Amino acid sequence: MTLDSKAPTGPIEKRWDQHRFDIKLVNPANKRKFRILVVGTGLAGASAAATLAELGYNVEAFTFHDSARRAHSIAAQGGINAAKNYQNDGDSIWRLFYDTVKGGDYRSRESNVYRLAQVSVEIIDQAAAQGVPFAREYGGLLDNRSFGGAQVSRTFYARGQTGQQLLLGAYQALSRQVQAGKVKLHRRKEMMDVVVADGQARGIVVRDLTTGKITSHAGDAVVLATGGYGTVFFLSTNAKNCNVTAAWRAHKRGAYFANPCFTQIHPTCIPVSGDYQSKLTLMSESLRNDGRIWVPSNADESRRPNDIPEDERDYYLERRYPSFGNLVPRDVASRAAKKVCDQGRGVGPTGLGVYLDFADAIRRVGRPAIEAKYGNLFEMYEKITGEDPYEVPMRIYPAIHYTMGGLWVDYNLMTSIPGLYALGEANFSDHGANRLGASALMQGLADGYFVLPYTIGDYLAPRMGETVDTSHPAFAETERAVAERLDRLLSIDGSRTVDDFHRALGKLVWDYCGMERTEEGLNEALQKIPALREEFWSDLKIVGTADSLNQSLEKAARVADFFELAELMCKDALDRDESCGAHFRVKHQHEDGEAKRNDEDYSYVSAWEATDNGDWTLHKEELDFEYVKQTQRSYK
Amino acid sequence: MHITLHVWRQAGPDADGTMEKYEIDDVSPDMSFLEMLDVLNDDLTLKGEEPIVFEHDCREGICGSCGFMINGVAHGGKHHTTACQLHMRSFEDGATIYIEPWRSAAFPVLKDLMVDRNAFDRIIESGGYVSVNTGSAPDANEIPVPKANAERAFEAATCIGCGACVAQCPNGAAHLFTSAKVSHLNLLPQGQPERFQRTEKMVAQMEEESFGSCTNHRECEAVCPKGIDIDFIARMNRDYLRAQTMGRKTQNYR
Amino acid sequence: MGSIVKFFRSTVFLKAVMAITGFLLFGFIVGHLTGNLKLYQGPEAINSYAEGLRELGKPFLAPGQFLWIARFGLLAAVGLHIWSAWRLTLINHRARPQRYVAGVDWQKSTYASRTMRWSGVIIATYVIYHLLHFTTGHAHGDFVYGDVYHNVVSAFQQPLVSAIYIVANLLLAVHLYHGLWSMFQSIGWTGPRFDPFRQRFAIAFAVIIALGNLSFPLAVLSGIVR
Ligand SMILES: Cc1cc2nc3c(=O)[nH]c(=O)nc-3n(C[C@H](O)[C@H](O)[C@H](O)COP(=O)(O)OP(=O)(O)OC[C@H]3O[C@@H](n4cnc5c(N)ncnc54)[C@H](O)[C@@H]3O)c2cc1C
Ligand code: HEM
Ligand code: HEM
Ligand code: SF4
Ligand code: F3S
Ligand code: FES
Repeated sequence: MTLDSKAPTGPIEKRWDQHRFDIKLVNPANKRKFRILVVGTGLAGASAAATLAELGYNVEAFTFHDSARRAHSIAAQGGINAAKNYQNDGDSIWRLFYDTVKGGDYRSRESNVYRLAQVSVEIIDQAAAQGVPFAREYGGLLDNRSFGGAQVSRTFYARGQTGQQLLLGAYQALSRQVQAGKVKLHRRKEMMDVVVADGQARGIVVRDLTTGKITSHAGDAVVLATGGYGTVFFLSTNAKNCNVTAAWRAHKRGAYFANPCFTQIHPTCIPVSGDYQSKLTLMSESLRNDGRIWVPSNADESRRPNDIPEDERDYYLERRYPSFGNLVPRDVASRAAKKVCDQGRGVGPTGLGVYLDFADAIRRVGRPAIEAKYGNLFEMYEKITGEDPYEVPMRIYPAIHYTMGGLWVDYNLMTSIPGLYALGEANFSDHGANRLGASALMQGLADGYFVLPYTIGDYLAPRMGETVDTSHPAFAETERAVAERLDRLLSIDGSRTVDDFHRALGKLVWDYCGMERTEEGLNEALQKIPALREEFWSDLKIVGTADSLNQSLEKAARVADFFELAELMCKDALDRDESCGAHFRVKHQHEDGEAKRNDEDYSYVSAWEATDNGDWTLHKEELDFEYVKQTQRSYK
Repeated sequence: MHITLHVWRQAGPDADGTMEKYEIDDVSPDMSFLEMLDVLNDDLTLKGEEPIVFEHDCREGICGSCGFMINGVAHGGKHHTTACQLHMRSFEDGATIYIEPWRSAAFPVLKDLMVDRNAFDRIIESGGYVSVNTGSAPDANEIPVPKANAERAFEAATCIGCGACVAQCPNGAAHLFTSAKVSHLNLLPQGQPERFQRTEKMVAQMEEESFGSCTNHRECEAVCPKGIDIDFIARMNRDYLRAQTMGRKTQNYR
Repeated sequence: MGSIVKFFRSTVFLKAVMAITGFLLFGFIVGHLTGNLKLYQGPEAINSYAEGLRELGKPFLAPGQFLWIARFGLLAAVGLHIWSAWRLTLINHRARPQRYVAGVDWQKSTYASRTMRWSGVIIATYVIYHLLHFTTGHAHGDFVYGDVYHNVVSAFQQPLVSAIYIVANLLLAVHLYHGLWSMFQSIGWTGPRFDPFRQRFAIAFAVIIALGNLSFPLAVLSGIVR
């Protein structure tokens, strides 16, 4: 199959309008004759399900959570971008488009990004009308802040809980449609596989997590909004239950997986405290505005931070990047921290941490000012570490935060399986090789509220009157395969727990396919991961049964998929013999440590097709940049 | 640290449950409470016993999944802290800790410490939204919202739906949860058109879900990890009584 | 229609009923206490005050009529108060069918708030006794119709009777300590600045009423009033 992005041509500002005019529509009276299955009820899924239902479609929504309000989107802190230009500081749709393409290091599709910037404006209107309590100024109008190094203030926020408020808005819109009977919500149902019948996505197979019952559901189209796969690393800022299963199962059924090696690292997370650690907590990036980052100059430092004299401290970011200092971009700051820790100068019990020191700021502006600005972050830090950051420097370390890769989709958000769509973090998205802060919420909601509800009509319109039910043999077959796989996991009865394996896998991926990647390392990982996978399938231990609530079994099925994904990530990272955005091949860097792109050879989206023998074939979607010229970033 | 745990074990919704005792050594004070349970669960698994089921996801106090009674207090009783944010350094070496699921007729136990909180969703479904279809919204700055209202609405909206308020309330009331959503929307101009119907419907649904009544014990606000206060309950009471007694259905009509 | 039924069954409505009737009862207690204070002015003052009560409403009402209207009002308030307390108690018990094995470590609730039912029931029992005691005289060994002063003083000279009054009135104070701020909350009178006020209001009146009511048996027992 050839990759057709279906991206329109013509003047970029007109493309989305023109496209909406060109695609087929489903007549309002006919919408109720279609049933759409939406898997995932995070920002992307809930907004899509609600909007489709408002339009008149019958929607069945699925989530493995007990409520749509629990999706991982709830945890987003910083904010959501939109090209409103309310601050009159020169922002525009064009500028947001430009920043996003550039920020993504020229590995995204221009048409998609422009559309994203266009609808960003409507998202804020919609959210405000739903009652999302965004921060406001004294005049009652919306407040904005500048985020992640942007030169304009275009980020809308609700204190440090923007994701929560936006998700609750979408959840409430969804609840309204549940009440209206237009959405049937299936809670605690995990999608285990997609059913592809006669070359089209026709339904899904789910497992009821409380009873273990496996059932099939048929629909005219299937929409996956199942989030990102950052938890392949075991330790990440993502919620514990995030997983790749839905996307991966779709991949195994024929959907291409794009850019899997594009994973983003956040530089300011609370470091690991011991090997029991189960997850990492993000500390807002804004801390870098006032905190100074340093490590001891000597590798064998044993004094407490406050006892280390000024001239034995290395403020390495300020030293290496005099003009940006502590505010260098996420990836640069992250790699610099790794470097000093590799030199043995890391701090804290594990040696994987650097200091983020507020002593100077407190001296300069006073404790109350710092308290007003970061009070709740300091409190959170103290809760977790038991240390008072007003007195001793914070310790931070980079952690996996977001995955730009995901299911390959065309301009209509359809995957390479007809009738199967992917939204939000689950698709390979509009962020290219690197996502800008506050743009994930924007993209998830753009997809769900404003893109999919229109584009899905193009697929559905000609399919009026086709019968869709679970009688096709593909359903029974898929159900059987799902049950067999679970039975196989249960019957291993080995000697290691799921978490044990997941942790080991995560460490492999982090070490070889994390912040920095080398050819040797990736090749080594490509040996080690399959070996560990073998062990997983022969030495796993799960207690309990498949026909009852069994959290270990749930985890095991997800980890099994992570093993396969991890391998593909390494393969993708190996193929991309350049550095771009968050993908950093040590060999390809400028003297200042900046990623060195190779536009000549790698201006493409890697879309991987799973082959029957457990291997993959690479398809390349070439990227053209008509509007934003490819230049190198520099933070010196 | 050495910890003795007494944990409620219940195989399924219809099974009988009991408290089981577990001894754990080598607990690090830097472990979170849930990590301590993770370690215990791995041990149990290797011994061939079923691990303890508890709900969790974000582990940073925002998703509202986690929560159980720890020594008789919802989430363990640390100020503005969910169970997942609680760390073992809050306990003494040698401590004995009792862990029980939320107890409420509206929250049936599914297994061990996991309960079913769908009643909360049904309360929201009954009216916890502004009825606005996608695409029909005016420009976001068309309707200014006084900053004080926006902030108060935000405070109400920070509820994470964890259910600790219900679990701790001597009456098993869901007034704090319900009033938080009622107040969030009723405080905003966008919420005015449906203000009184919303309150009426949400209170009615709350009553239907076999929650108890509020006799102002203030336990809920003490354990609420988001610091939602009972002022919102009074607001809800007021809007409800007004809706019922003065025939107030909409803000501007009549 | 259905919505009216729902309203009357709703806990918010029942709490409003408690609050309004509780407030009426509180009003009575305050009035009753002010009247009783005349005890300190001697037999004439209190006896004629009691007489005066019967004359209230003249010339529109016959002697005693006003009193009966007030009594009906009070009775209705007590009835409604108890009825809603009863309904709420049932609802609350049903809401928590299974108790916590380890008990609950109470955070902010007070002894008063958790014992409202019990303090309430005891107060009600006390009122019945009290009526038989001072109003009808059936529970009074030396009852003289119309001589309120004598009835009170002779009763409180018995330590056991005084003890009953002291305990009951302490419980009343406990009941009011919670009830008097709670009623504002129940009918939705709230506000960040109002909260401290209603707390102080409750404490102040619980104390005033306790001091006032307890003063009578104590004054008689100590011989100040005889
Ligand atoms: C700590 C943190 C802070 C962040 N801060 C920001 C920020 O400030 N600004 C910003 O723009 N972005 C931020 N992000 C990124 C952003 O939150 C996410 O990218 C975004 O919320 C993803 O939304 P989603 O709807 O695609 O997926 P999710 O919210 O992850 O939803 C996934 C849904 O799919 C369901 N699901 C998954 N698999 C299955 C299955 N197999 N069967 C059934 N259901 C399934 C889940 O139940 C859930 O409902 C942050 C991320 C993190 C980790
Ligand atoms: C059988 C007798 C009584 C019972 C069972 C009873 C019970 C209760 C209960 C359960 C409450 C609810 C507490 C709350 O919601 O916060 C309450 C409130 C109250 N009671 Fe009583 N009570 C009784 C008698 C009295 C009497 C005699 C008085 C007056 C002197 C009184 C005054 C109040 C007041 C002022 C309130 C506050 C109302 C509110 O919270 O809304 N009660 N009572
Ligand atoms: C120590 C405190 C009290 C004293 C000395 C006292 C004294 C009296 C006396 C002397 C009477 C009879 C008056 C008459 O018949 O003319 C009376 C009546 C009454 N008292 Fe009290 N009382 C006290 C406290 C209370 C309390 C706390 C309550 C209620 C909770 C109460 C409720 C009543 C009622 C309902 C009547 C009957 C009024 C009527 O209808 O005639 N009293 N009291
Ligand atoms: S009000 Fe507080 S305690 Fe209750 S559900 Fe919301 S966050 Fe939890
Ligand atoms: S504890 Fe319960 S009684 Fe009311 S004030 Fe809170 S709901
Ligand atoms: S796990 Fe999300 S709030 Fe505790």
